[in-house]
Amino acid sequence: MTKQTKEYIAFWIFRILSFIVLAILIWILYFIFVRGWHMLSWDFLTKMPEDGMTKGGIYPAIIGTLYLVAGSMLFAFPIGVLAGIYIHEYTNDSKFKRFMKLMTNNLAGIPSIVFGLFGMSLFVKTLNFGDSILAGSLTLGLLALPVVIRVTEEALIAVDDSFRHGSLALGASKLITIRKVVLPIAMPNILTGLILSIGRVSGETAPILFTVAAYFLPKLPTSIFDQVMALPYHLYVISTSGTKVQESRDMAYGTALVLVLFVLILNLLANALRRYLGNKVKMN
Amino acid sequence: MNKIESKNVHLYYGDFHALKGISMSIQENTVTALIGPSGCGKSTYLRLFNRMNDLIDNVRIEGDILLDGRDIYKKNIGMRIDELRKKVGMVFQKPNPFPKTIFENVAYGLRVNGIDHRSFIEERVETSLRQAALWEEVKDKLKKSAFELSGGQQQRLCIARALAIEPSVLLMDEPASALDPISTSKIEELIYELKTKYTIIIVTHNMQQAGRVSDRTAFFYLGDLIEYDDTPVIFTNPKDIRTQSYVTGRFG
Ligand SMILES: Nc1ncnc2c1ncn2[C@@H]1O[C@H](COP(=O)(O)OP(=O)(O)OP(=O)(O)O)[C@@H](O)[C@H]1O
Ligand SMILES: [Mg+2]
Repeated sequence: MTKQTKEYIAFWIFRILSFIVLAILIWILYFIFVRGWHMLSWDFLTKMPEDGMTKGGIYPAIIGTLYLVAGSMLFAFPIGVLAGIYIHEYTNDSKFKRFMKLMTNNLAGIPSIVFGLFGMSLFVKTLNFGDSILAGSLTLGLLALPVVIRVTEEALIAVDDSFRHGSLALGASKLITIRKVVLPIAMPNILTGLILSIGRVSGETAPILFTVAAYFLPKLPTSIFDQVMALPYHLYVISTSGTKVQESRDMAYGTALVLVLFVLILNLLANALRRYLGNKVKMN
Repeated sequence: MNKIESKNVHLYYGDFHALKGISMSIQENTVTALIGPSGCGKSTYLRLFNRMNDLIDNVRIEGDILLDGRDIYKKNIGMRIDELRKKVGMVFQKPNPFPKTIFENVAYGLRVNGIDHRSFIEERVETSLRQAALWEEVKDKLKKSAFELSGGQQQRLCIARALAIEPSVLLMDEPASALDPISTSKIEELIYELKTKYTIIIVTHNMQQAGRVSDRTAFFYLGDLIEYDDTPVIFTNPKDIRTQSYVTGRFG
């Protein structure tokens, strides 16, 4: 075989494989859109579930997921970003850095059900928060933490040292250099990563299973110690363990579609934000 | 009076002996060129004067460096590092403006050193940009991003940025190596003019440039200072054979 033929074959193998990946993705989206699209309506988004969850809407699950996402980010974002800054900017010791990297990777690799168990034991039982938004948010936050730390680290690595040196050489302290030069440059990437991790958190079922999620709770929470319904768990419930699984099929696809749209919109938002901030950072 | 004095300075990167006992004194308001083959320690030596080597892991420094007679490395009796860096500005090889506006780039050094008086900052920004021969080109777009400037303009912006906090020493590490001939000659003219107010130390690989801008030239070789003399002497009548073969281009 000549070099060119080999080249040619390799090229087509890569091309076909990447098309397969794309095709699978499109297929999944198509499948969910086709089955769920007719369910989408204002009522579906804003009504309580009715008739053993075969009718009505998914309003409380949407609200529940929003609360959980917000709560988990409130916890994971500041801690994760500060930890990332500390690891990358304040430790010179490359051994320690590697150790932290290893630990965050391990943390990210722990199955989410384990986070769920841990959250139940620590937040629900030991700290006595009960099944609550607080316990669920903290558990989800723990899950998101390694992602946020990694994203922050990567964003800081991407900031060229010449910016840091330029600032330090003008007599700026390290803290000021980070605040006024490094972070503004890194922020678009950090925020993008953050939004992507929101996507991850919003789809998780296992961590909220024992810490917050309600099977059926057709009312909105009034405090952070209330339980809530949540989209992924609701989907699980109506497609497996309800009494009328067959009748609630449509509801399930509708819910799946809402969840997918939520994540898609977040990703688009992440992109737009990155572009917007990317332009802005050059300007301020 | 000697503006800067280095006495028997050694520097180690881990086990690697990068500077082997460098002693030299630099007069106020002169331009000193550091020349020598790649890897001989010019940048390392230059970075000693504003303690930028401190940012590198496993660096060990021995000997004394005095600025205006004060030791810049001695803890306690020495000079605080931010105080030092206010007095000793630096221009890097690659232009590195911040992703901010032209105005804010120049104002940055003032702001981080606690100055927030607006009209004072405006005045300093204009003066510095004029000193860096950039004012006429940017006066109508001070609010534009510094990244919209050409490479040569960016480098002059970095010079203005360094000048804004009124240092007395300016370190330049191959400031024109990334620039076109026209920008290069602008920077050289600039150096010539700045000499009246600043003590300048410049690293360069360009022999003509060293000849044109500097009063004194130091030739480094493998971590040693081989020869340090008036620039014309180094170029026309060097004492060491290695200096001679380097400046005549026989090795490099
Ligand atoms: N951070 C570092 N860690 C280890 N060794 C270093 C480091 N920086 C420089 N060195 C070594 O120290 C020696 C001097 O480097 P330096 O950058 O000062 O040379 P230079 O004369 O500026 O060279 P060039 O003309 O190529 O810029 C080189 O051998 C280099 O490999
Ligand atoms: Mg160098």
